[in-house]
Amino acid sequence: MKGMTIIVKKISQIICPVIFMFGLYIILHGHLTPGGGFAGGVIMAGAFILQILANGNILPDLRKEEEGLEFMESAAILGFLILAGLGLLFSGGVVFFANFLDKGELGKLISGGFIPIENVVVGAEVCAAIATIFIAMVVYKDEEKK
Amino acid sequence: MELYLIIILVLMILGSIYSLNATDLLSAVISYGIVGFGLVIAFLLLQAPDLAIVQVVVEVATLIIMIAAIKNTQSKIPKMEFKPKIAVYYAITLIAALVFILIFDRATGCLSQFGADTMRMAQPYIDGAQHTKSANLVTGVVLDFRAYDTLGEATVLFTAVIGVLTILRIKGKKDN
Repeated sequence: MKGMTIIVKKISQIICPVIFMFGLYIILHGHLTPGGGFAGGVIMAGAFILQILANGNILPDLRKEEEGLEFMESAAILGFLILAGLGLLFSGGVVFFANFLDKGELGKLISGGFIPIENVVVGAEVCAAIATIFIAMVVYKDEEKK
Repeated sequence: MELYLIIILVLMILGSIYSLNATDLLSAVISYGIVGFGLVIAFLLLQAPDLAIVQVVVEVATLIIMIAAIKNTQSKIPKMEFKPKIAVYYAITLIAALVFILIFDRATGCLSQFGADTMRMAQPYIDGAQHTKSANLVTGVVLDFRAYDTLGEATVLFTAVIGVLTILRIKGKKDN
């Protein structure tokens, strides 16, 4: 995959960190404002996709990136299961996904028990999944040509 | 507001009908985008910003991925010729659809009034902010009351990624 002109490259370089930070904001404030792990994860994956679309296959080893993303996805879904298991453990084997942390005050950033942690884990899973699908298409298509 | 919703729904139906009949795969995908973005406006009109955010972002990402996938295939669809056999298929489909509509019409008569059960189910969720301490009710429902559903959703996404990687890897190996 080839890159685009220098204007597109520069603008994507400036705008990508902002998109990434916006995705992080949506994930971390998922229990306060509209949004959450799924929406924020896809926005973060959008930052990766924009970077690859603008710059093309410039990374020397995009395949390594793809393997790392695969690892991140598997680790995130495992973390989600571990959280569920911890809930089962702390509630004395009664409730799967029991909210075992201190819940705090309604409307504060640190509140809702383990809901923010779950949001982060789901966001990592979704971001890695969408980015993996796109990068796999780029990588394997380039390998086919060779 | 209902008028706007009806206009958007008609536009969505027209877009999906065009994408079925398009001769070009690219224009089919782009006219299918009308359905997704119309759904975004419908969600906003119905005051569901959570779903609207997810829908608009996912729609853009899938459009990019679909166009990337189309670029690898042939983009022209072979035209279907009209044969007398096809008329029989159309007739059978129409009759089956009519029968189904009649049966559903009878079945919906037995249900309780529209929305009654929904409100009965929704009241504990609306009170749930006191239990979960999550100001966003949707997140409270998705990640606390119904976290098991979210686990299933994450598993489906994981399986989809594994499927895509498997298919692409087999295709890459064959050419080598």
